[in-house]
Amino acid sequence: MMKNDIIIRAEGLGYTYLDEGERRGDEIPALSGVTLSVRRGEYLAVLGHNGSGKSTLAKLLNLILTPTEGKLYIDGVDVSSGELSEDEVFSIRKKVGMVFQNPDNQLVATVVEEDVAFGPENLGLPREEIRARVDGALSLVGMTEYARHAPHKLSGGQKQRVAIAGIIAMRPEVIIFDESTAMLDPLGRRDLLDIMDRLCRDEGITVINITHYMDEAALADRVIVINDGETVLDGTPKEVFSEVDRLHAIGLEAPQGREILHLIGGRGIKVDKAALTEEECIAVLYELISRGNINE
Amino acid sequence: MISDITLGQFFPGSSVIHKLDPRMKLILSVLFIAMVFVANNTAAFILLTVFTVVLVLLSKISLATVLRGVKPIILILVFTAFLNVFLTGGEGEPLWSFYFLKIYEIGIYRAVFMALRVIILIVGTSILLTYTTSPIALTDGIEALLSPLKRIGVPVHSFAMMMSIALRFIPTLVEETDKIMNAQKSRGADFSSGGLVKRAKALIPLLVPLFVSAFKRADELAVAMECRCYRGDKNRTKLVKLTYRARDFLTLIVFVLALVGIILECNIPSGALGTGAFLEFLFYRV
Repeated sequence: MMKNDIIIRAEGLGYTYLDEGERRGDEIPALSGVTLSVRRGEYLAVLGHNGSGKSTLAKLLNLILTPTEGKLYIDGVDVSSGELSEDEVFSIRKKVGMVFQNPDNQLVATVVEEDVAFGPENLGLPREEIRARVDGALSLVGMTEYARHAPHKLSGGQKQRVAIAGIIAMRPEVIIFDESTAMLDPLGRRDLLDIMDRLCRDEGITVINITHYMDEAALADRVIVINDGETVLDGTPKEVFSEVDRLHAIGLEAPQGREILHLIGGRGIKVDKAALTEEECIAVLYELISRGNINE
Repeated sequence: MISDITLGQFFPGSSVIHKLDPRMKLILSVLFIAMVFVANNTAAFILLTVFTVVLVLLSKISLATVLRGVKPIILILVFTAFLNVFLTGGEGEPLWSFYFLKIYEIGIYRAVFMALRVIILIVGTSILLTYTTSPIALTDGIEALLSPLKRIGVPVHSFAMMMSIALRFIPTLVEETDKIMNAQKSRGADFSSGGLVKRAKALIPLLVPLFVSAFKRADELAVAMECRCYRGDKNRTKLVKLTYRARDFLTLIVFVLALVGIILECNIPSGALGTGAFLEFLFYRV
């Protein structure tokens, strides 16, 4: 079976909003000239602070918005023309699932398993298939015991896991997480990141995590930094976060350990720029101290 | 206080009532409502009350929960009962009179019956429908029952979907109202003192953010649903298949018998005497 290696490709992708508020009719560019490609099975993080255009990118990838410039290909299909038939849109959305920020506003049903079944039901699958997918998806996110619960009684993290199950049950090739951890407590966040990791490694699903948390981005295979609607950096976490000065220039920070090492490096002491995770940074610091390079 | 409103809230469970087919439950509810409105004498109301209590017990939903659902309408009940007691004119000697105020026996009966009727109506239908039927099952039921109307162009599916979403978001919006109220109380807003006008005015700063957020939620939900490939009932399947079982028909028979019983009871002159006369009547007819 021949399979295209690139699942999402954007060329000079741009989107301009029309202001409907005070300055009616004004054009507000949210995204301009984004070029990127996402490989099948990749774990990608899209990093940017609020208003950088990363949410607009998510909406473009799911055909909620139609790009005003550039080209966007999803699984080889040009979706930027804005002239897709309903069935074409349907088949794209089947491939690209999306988990949003607010867990409450994406749950449709009042029983967990019925909510998970919503997507597969829309796909018109036979009953037994829906049943199997719902059970599989719930066990994948560890919510099997809550199958008959009411979602509004679950915690934020649990709701978000249900929302993910609802997407998994549709068996998409790509799952986009649009700031999905932003409203969760630290524990819920860690669970969710765990699930993202598993989805990518074990299930072979392409994961795109759109976030403004540096430590989340550091977990991905590849990080794309977006600022003012343009891609600024694109590379592995180690490459991206070694550019601490450039990150600072656009109002972002590297993960904490990396920041500390950067400060030390700024004092003329040679430090390993590749250290990224907490453990690696601690190891580097330990070595520096034991070598007597830092005294205070 | 505000979260006490349980109307439109589903309590998952596995009781007999929970297991009934949602379509059948809708039919049963219609029969039940008919019973409530046909009933107009003591015996019928006793039968109806017993019937409702049995329903509550079968559903295994706690009595406290059921009564909480009635709480919000107590004021209306008291008010209508009051009007019924004082404004019902009767024949013969009034039981009590004070200038133009007169209380007749029939007025008291009417007040009690009216209050009972409303309470039984609310308790019965919420036990049959909202408490024991998941809104999606309810929607499926409504959709299935009304689907013949699709032929003449009625958007039955959209309608059912709207309803189920409304039901889904009631607890969420109630929670949110509570949050906004607390936020405003902490800044000195006063919702509980002053006259009616003042209190109503105090609600405006509560309703505005509530509406704004409801619209925002609606927008996000619509996007989320679209992303999950929702496109109306076009080529849509269901996780739960509705099938009538023996218990559905048995319950239907019980309800029909009860309705027939109440109709007969309330249409014979001696009915008011009680079930004894009612049974006598039945046997006489047979």
